[in-house]
Amino acid sequence: MNASTAVTVEGFVAESLVTHGRDPRHLLQHLIRVQQRFSCVPDAAVEALSAALDVTRTQVRAAIAFYAFLHERPRGAFEIRFSDNITDRMLGSRRLIRLLIERLELSGLPAWGRDLIRDDGRVSVGLASCTGMCDQGPALLVNGQAVTNLDAQRVDRIADLVQEGIPLERWPGEFFRVENNIRRHGLLLSNPANDGAALHRLIDEGADDALAEVERSGLRGRGGAGFTTAIKWRFCREAPGIDRYVVCNADEGEPGTFKDRVLLTDYADLVIEGMTVCAGVIGARRGFLYLRGEYRYLLPHLESVLQRRRAEGLLGTMILGRDGFDFDIEIHLGAGAYICGEESALIESLEGKRGVTRKRPPFPVTSGFDDQPTVVNNVETFLAAARVVQWGGYWLRGEGTDQSAGSKILSVSGDCAWPGIYEYPFGTPVHQVLSDCGAENTQAVQISGAAGATLSPADFDRIIAFEDLPTAGSFMIFDDSRDLLDMVRNFAAFFAHESCGFCTPCRVGGALLRNLVEKVAAGQGSEYDLSEMRHIGAVMRQASYCGLGHTAPNHVLNTLDKFPQIYRRRLEREAHTPSFDLDSALSEARALTGRDDIGAHIRAQIPEGSEVSA
Amino acid sequence: MVEKPRVATASLCGCFGCHMSLLDIDERILQLVDLVTFDRTPLTDIKTLGDCDLGLIEGGVANAENVEVLREFRRCCKTLVAVGACAVNGGIPAMRNQFGLAECLRESYCEGIGVHNPGIPNDPEIPLLLNQVHPIHEVVAIDYVLPGCPPSADAIWTFLTELLEGRPIAFPYTQIHFD
Amino acid sequence: MSKSFKLDGRAIPFETGQTIMDAALAAGVYIPHLCHNPEFAPHGSCRVCLVDIGGRQVSACTAAASEGMEVDSSSEAIQATRRAILQMLFVEGNHVCPACEKSGACQLQAVAYYAGMLAPHFTHFFPRRPVDASHSDVIIDFNRCILCELCVRASRDLDGKRVFAISGRGLESHLVIDSPSGLLGDSSFAVGDKAAHVCPTGAILPKGRGYETPIGERLYDREPISIVGDVRAHEEEVV
Repeated sequence: MNASTAVTVEGFVAESLVTHGRDPRHLLQHLIRVQQRFSCVPDAAVEALSAALDVTRTQVRAAIAFYAFLHERPRGAFEIRFSDNITDRMLGSRRLIRLLIERLELSGLPAWGRDLIRDDGRVSVGLASCTGMCDQGPALLVNGQAVTNLDAQRVDRIADLVQEGIPLERWPGEFFRVENNIRRHGLLLSNPANDGAALHRLIDEGADDALAEVERSGLRGRGGAGFTTAIKWRFCREAPGIDRYVVCNADEGEPGTFKDRVLLTDYADLVIEGMTVCAGVIGARRGFLYLRGEYRYLLPHLESVLQRRRAEGLLGTMILGRDGFDFDIEIHLGAGAYICGEESALIESLEGKRGVTRKRPPFPVTSGFDDQPTVVNNVETFLAAARVVQWGGYWLRGEGTDQSAGSKILSVSGDCAWPGIYEYPFGTPVHQVLSDCGAENTQAVQISGAAGATLSPADFDRIIAFEDLPTAGSFMIFDDSRDLLDMVRNFAAFFAHESCGFCTPCRVGGALLRNLVEKVAAGQGSEYDLSEMRHIGAVMRQASYCGLGHTAPNHVLNTLDKFPQIYRRRLEREAHTPSFDLDSALSEARALTGRDDIGAHIRAQIPEGSEVSA
Repeated sequence: MVEKPRVATASLCGCFGCHMSLLDIDERILQLVDLVTFDRTPLTDIKTLGDCDLGLIEGGVANAENVEVLREFRRCCKTLVAVGACAVNGGIPAMRNQFGLAECLRESYCEGIGVHNPGIPNDPEIPLLLNQVHPIHEVVAIDYVLPGCPPSADAIWTFLTELLEGRPIAFPYTQIHFD
Repeated sequence: MSKSFKLDGRAIPFETGQTIMDAALAAGVYIPHLCHNPEFAPHGSCRVCLVDIGGRQVSACTAAASEGMEVDSSSEAIQATRRAILQMLFVEGNHVCPACEKSGACQLQAVAYYAGMLAPHFTHFFPRRPVDASHSDVIIDFNRCILCELCVRASRDLDGKRVFAISGRGLESHLVIDSPSGLLGDSSFAVGDKAAHVCPTGAILPKGRGYETPIGERLYDREPISIVGDVRAHEEEVV
């Protein structure tokens, strides 16, 4: 790095510090800005931030190494990341990656954590976990901006634009078009209009009344876990603390989920209104919207909504003229870490640290951001809460089941005619969704994302509800032409990549599981390996520290039970096979000695009693 | 007369220390000879392996010949035991996994101090080294493990007598150690 | 009237706010652990102290004790899970006990003996990790690090230095040192630091003191860790 660049980096950091403050909790936000500007976080920035924020350079580096979108060494001026969810793969992403690599004269294939960087620094190609464009994939991110609906032609054009060095602002606008694809409107989606009605009701009737309505509605968290919203709000309200915080979890990282993206696009006012109502109920003055890095393109839109609402008196100081009702929201960006969807990891990330799950208890409601009482709710939950306060708890209860009031917004993708957003009353059976979205010959549905459950046709009469099939909203469909092992491989690699590494079972077990899945997929597995997969999966499920580790083996365990043939048809005949390919293990020695005689090879195991003929 | 169980042993990539420890059972070896018949083992110098009840493997898997011997033992032995640290987790030889094979061979045969006639041996008689050293359970299924570097004579004795008498194998605390 | 819970059938008294681990240790009952050290806040990362409460597994070091609970810490199922977790730690790093000065007085090894682990069982990763011998008094062998973060916590909370941190994520997680070169010798670390004396394995070792105790007389040679106690308790004798 030459001196003139170093000055620029330091200058940029200094400016960022002036604009965004020297709170150590803003470390991650500073890093994201530096990364965005310089395609990496140069040493000079590490030093400058370390000095300014009272964090060690090691802590800065540790944060960079944790988040997939931050790097110490430069990526390309065009940093391209293909979304690598199974749904992208089903839409042909692998072929398109190869095509782009060929056009850009790169060699090899990118893997998670391994980007291809062209020598001239012009471009790099890597992978990203699901970018939330499953209904309009294959998708990629270029310098953080989402490009959808990739096909050979579009990839070809992207290669041209990169070769010619055309800045992103001059790329065709349709590349960046993101559709909402709302296919079925229910309780929440029917009416995006918002005029601050919930806030008016809050002001008119008081916080107790608003909380009572949320209680009456039976609203439960839409992020998947289903904790009763009113109880969460009440706990937080009653917990001792100096400050209180409202956090909207918009880190929609679960593969196959994209409904929050749509809600933040077309229903942002209602989401923010829900947050503001929550602030009024619990007595918070500050809130955060934690937006996953993949959705950074929504930032200007969301900032403008916040700005407009401030101007309209719906946010900021003296909301709706009420003395003492002050609440404002900052948007914090994520930087490529699935674990940050877990509420305590999200709070760590909000505080600028590596997104490692906190020990619980204490739960965020008593000790969250800055160790103060904090409500963390999903985007959809805040949206529903705003409507509940506006229209009353009974309105939500009008739909759904006893234990699951209201509706659920599903992100439907995979093998169906009309992928997109579908809102259903809780209690809707799976087959109804399949028929509405035009799915045929369905072999399996992966519900609630990679961490969720794999459903076989025997499950299609089951209902979407907390008491039967709880879901954060991901609904990925696989027809009978698919090899489900491709899904398992994708998810196993995903979890190994996304484990935060804090606890042993998830950190090590996830990697062991991925390796075994790959071994079986390569046709080198045995019955013993399947029993090992069950064993490791069981240990992860029962012994991991947080939900990520508990749910990470689900897809393997579910498919071993329901779709054993996807494994069995690839097994070797032996009960046990080596953990590595024996003949390949002599490759280096062969190269070093120049030998290729019969003794320089190891034959695959020959089952007893069977002789091979030449 | 009932035929005595047949026992075979081999040392793969190890130091023969586990075999020495087996000999350390001292006079109990006479009892052992009453209990079992030795098949292929360095102790008898029998070179070919017949059908056996028990195979004891010392050492990890470091080259093509180790693989061949180990697979033959697995085929011929009803019960196969990993004996000692190298068989159990690769042991000291697996410390070469910190380096590439090329690095190791160049250091040993080309660039190391005191090397004459530098050159990596390539005689077909010499088994090729694997890229890494592996514990034996990564190549074949094993039935029991006996840790230690080496396992003590007492541990080996406990193991053999309990196994041969068909009892569940339980070691006193002091007999189990990884070093 | 003091409160109590049952641990493997035995009544363990506790005070409000105590964890299962705190109460058990206070009562002289051993629950195996690696990342836990009573001088520091509970961490909960190694998962070795897993116990079962009515079919739910929790880490004893983080779970609050409560009146009347029945805790299982010794069933074969719990021990089997602990063994699997220990085996994961063994295959993750490079734990070559015959070549380690800490052997015989190593908590990882002793807990493995306690849990009945005979072999690492899983497929080894054989990661390539460096040894940092740059410091005049202390050596760090990253091959033996199990990411318990005790040195991180000791340096930050007691030494006031923040010499260590964990970087990366997943299986790439690793201990890093805060110095311009990343080497221990360039950091503010000193052999008198608390962080030099909390490592449960042989990852952080004082120089010039290898293999002092004859085999047969080492900390865990004769009696198990459940009787002998943690390395920590004996470390202070040496310091």
